[in-house]
Amino acid sequence: MPLLRIDDIHLSFGGVKAINGVSINVEKGSIHAIIGPNGAGKTSIFNCISSVYKPQRGAVYFEDRKVTGMKPDHVTHLGIARTFQNIALFHHMTVLDNLMLGRHQFLKRGILAGGIFLGPARTEEIENRKAVEDIIDFLEIENIRKKTVGTLAYGLRKRVELGRALALKPKLLLLDEPMAGMNLEEKEDMARFIIDINEEWGVTILLIEHDLGVVMDISHRVSVLDFGVKISEGAPAEVANDPRVIKAYIGEDDDFLRDMEAR
Amino acid sequence: MKEILKTHDTFPKLLVRNAEVFGDRKVAMREKEFGIWQEFSWKEYHDHVKYFSLGMVSLGLKTGDKVAIIGDNRPEWVWGEVAAQAAGAVPLGLYQDSTLKEVSYIIDHSDASFVVAEDQEQVDKILDMKEQLPKVRYIIYSDPRGMRGYKQPFLLDFKEVENFGRELEQRDPELFAKNVASAKYEDLAFICYTSGTTGFPKGAMLSFRNFLSMAANLMEVDNKFEKDEFVSFLPLAWIGEQMMCLSSALITGFTVNFPEKPETVQENIREIGPTIMFSPPRIWENMTSTVQVKVMDASALKRRMFHWALPVGYAYADAVFGKEVIPASLRLRYRLAYALVFRALKDRLGLLRIRSASTGGAALGPDVFKFFNAMGVNLKQIYGQTEISGISCIHREGDINFDSVGKPIPETEIRLSDSGEILSRSPSVFIGYYKNSEETEKTLSDGWLHSGDAGYFTEDGHLVVIDRVKDVMHLNDSTRFSPQFIENKLKFSPYIKECVCLGNRRDFIAAMICIDYPNVGKWAEGRRLSYTTYTDHAAKPEVLELLAKEVEKVNATLPEATRVKKFVPLYKELDADDDELTRTRKVRRAFVGERYKHVIEGVYAGEEAIPIDATIKYQDGKTSRIRTTLGVRNL
Repeated sequence: MPLLRIDDIHLSFGGVKAINGVSINVEKGSIHAIIGPNGAGKTSIFNCISSVYKPQRGAVYFEDRKVTGMKPDHVTHLGIARTFQNIALFHHMTVLDNLMLGRHQFLKRGILAGGIFLGPARTEEIENRKAVEDIIDFLEIENIRKKTVGTLAYGLRKRVELGRALALKPKLLLLDEPMAGMNLEEKEDMARFIIDINEEWGVTILLIEHDLGVVMDISHRVSVLDFGVKISEGAPAEVANDPRVIKAYIGEDDDFLRDMEAR
Repeated sequence: MKEILKTHDTFPKLLVRNAEVFGDRKVAMREKEFGIWQEFSWKEYHDHVKYFSLGMVSLGLKTGDKVAIIGDNRPEWVWGEVAAQAAGAVPLGLYQDSTLKEVSYIIDHSDASFVVAEDQEQVDKILDMKEQLPKVRYIIYSDPRGMRGYKQPFLLDFKEVENFGRELEQRDPELFAKNVASAKYEDLAFICYTSGTTGFPKGAMLSFRNFLSMAANLMEVDNKFEKDEFVSFLPLAWIGEQMMCLSSALITGFTVNFPEKPETVQENIREIGPTIMFSPPRIWENMTSTVQVKVMDASALKRRMFHWALPVGYAYADAVFGKEVIPASLRLRYRLAYALVFRALKDRLGLLRIRSASTGGAALGPDVFKFFNAMGVNLKQIYGQTEISGISCIHREGDINFDSVGKPIPETEIRLSDSGEILSRSPSVFIGYYKNSEETEKTLSDGWLHSGDAGYFTEDGHLVVIDRVKDVMHLNDSTRFSPQFIENKLKFSPYIKECVCLGNRRDFIAAMICIDYPNVGKWAEGRRLSYTTYTDHAAKPEVLELLAKEVEKVNATLPEATRVKKFVPLYKELDADDDELTRTRKVRRAFVGERYKHVIEGVYAGEEAIPIDATIKYQDGKTSRIRTTLGVRNL
């Protein structure tokens, strides 16, 4: 049984068909990538998974429960966390506070108990801080723990955002272009973290990424979208040799071809 | 202090004693992890050492075997070292930022059969070279992060080895005590590889006697106490850190603190508020330039306060060290300056509780030295070398001379050879270089340790170190000058990170300068000057003018004959990875002279601009080609 099952979803905005009947199965424990030219409908799929959009037809199932139609915060509770293309963090708060906030769904005590900060509320806070410190250690961001997010370099913010998503202790992590705008070294670090999250923490990962080199290196399975339709799927090597994929990319992205030839 | 050494004359014996005396009641080490200072008592320190030592014994470690240790400063580094000694083996340290070539050279040269590596990064270095290292039998790592995919049978987790030790103790409960008791004062304790400004590293063999007599002698003139706090952030492979974290801490029982990450050192120092500190010049230089830059950023009021207070501090420090009577008005002004500025400054730097701070390893510019003393940080200069277990001279309390390195510590004789080379003799002089009798003989000829430094004594018995004998230069008109002396003055500028003075057998002195990228960047930002890379930035005419002003300031303090007449900013920073600096950041003159020959020739040929077409190597191994033109500035 796949962890996540996207079952024939259709989504249109007015006359524009963003997704036109896409089905994808994400296996438990895998790193699964979705690639495709701009406007292929990748981020729309993420929004359907986290239930921000409701597809007009079809549905998304997580651990065999229908996610479509749920409230987004409900979906989070099930164990799906995500990061965004344009970083979603509180820029005036510290890294630590942002991560602690990521733990909000594990806070069971009320405002009053939290305010007095005794007994269970205190224990709870300590537990959450421990979990957050594990993440800080894992992502190697000890030195910026108390820095305000707004003052950090872009690559570091991306890392903090990943930490914020990890704080939710997800079973499935959705990463929307985790490497965008990064330099080579930062990309390598990020790829390392993604593999470690997958292998050490056992988190299933679904990612959208434009850097095909990275995608081919780290993913177990790749789905290719074009104009809202899935045109190919399989192991990275299979997808790379699929003539439909090559065709979809020609004229759009010469880099892809060069990338493939280099392999 | 020396009493203890009569009964406890090795590191393991001292550790056993401390575990008995202090037990769980006193903290021996702290390590910041998960945002909290985790504590280890002397008892815990002892137990880790005991089980790790027995664990290695159960894996076949024998008396006389070598154990190489590589990694950042963490308790496991120190445990590994003392554990090896407790088993009768000899530990040696590697700098954590060493390149593959250096790592494999030292491991192979030392005949190490065990390697204690901190983490995946270090393990990878050794695995990459494993085929060239047939003598290595086990690699033990202390941080399992990222190691899940490694299945080699010779790779072991530190904790796993401790468990082997527990099992061995079950079978032979007296073994550890027996092993510890069998070591002697004269035994080889540690091989300290010195990076050396020339050629391959040499392994200085130091005995327990060397280490402990030095620490005890130093304490007679610069005492350390059980209650002291020390932050360990310099490479443990360096003799200075060995002296503090091992010999001194074991004798007195003070607490050693390990920072969370190399990047958090400054913050962690402030949290601990150490009472003793021993750092090479670059740490003090960094702090000074940080202060200078922060002051530039401060509000106008704060800036004015700082610029008023600093001269007061200098005047006060000068009066104290000149042993003059301090006029009441200066005393009052200094108090005010201290209350308003220096106290806060010290607090920011984490130096508020410092009782004794020292600098050594290389020459520190008198200006930086004065700066700290003006602030009320009791900074002393020390002198010594790895071959004498670290320290042979230190400033005495209240007897500080900005240019000198103080007087010899007890049991240490220092004299000058006919050529002006500093020679020393003491119980701390090393046994010799490992597998290099030729160098040993050269360094220890006629029973004296030849330092290779040129120096002289002042009338009141202070030793003054001029420079390396071979580095002292002569101009064509036979003017003698020390390039290091001028370089240190230049490096006091917040905009100059590194520089190399030239002029041996030339007509005048010239300098190659590396800009301090962040600081010059900040300066440029204030002037809305745009730049792209280091190379581009260093080549800006505005930056050239900025540097010219800084050099002129220094020239004003130098005698006419030894002023810098020309300089050229380099297109890249000097780096240890490119062999231009040693791991302790000393300039390798011969190498730099060869590498930048073209630039140097250009400067002396009177060219206005020197074209550069060079290949530079990035840290990830990538190379790229740089084409630029360096502007030469005449003064």
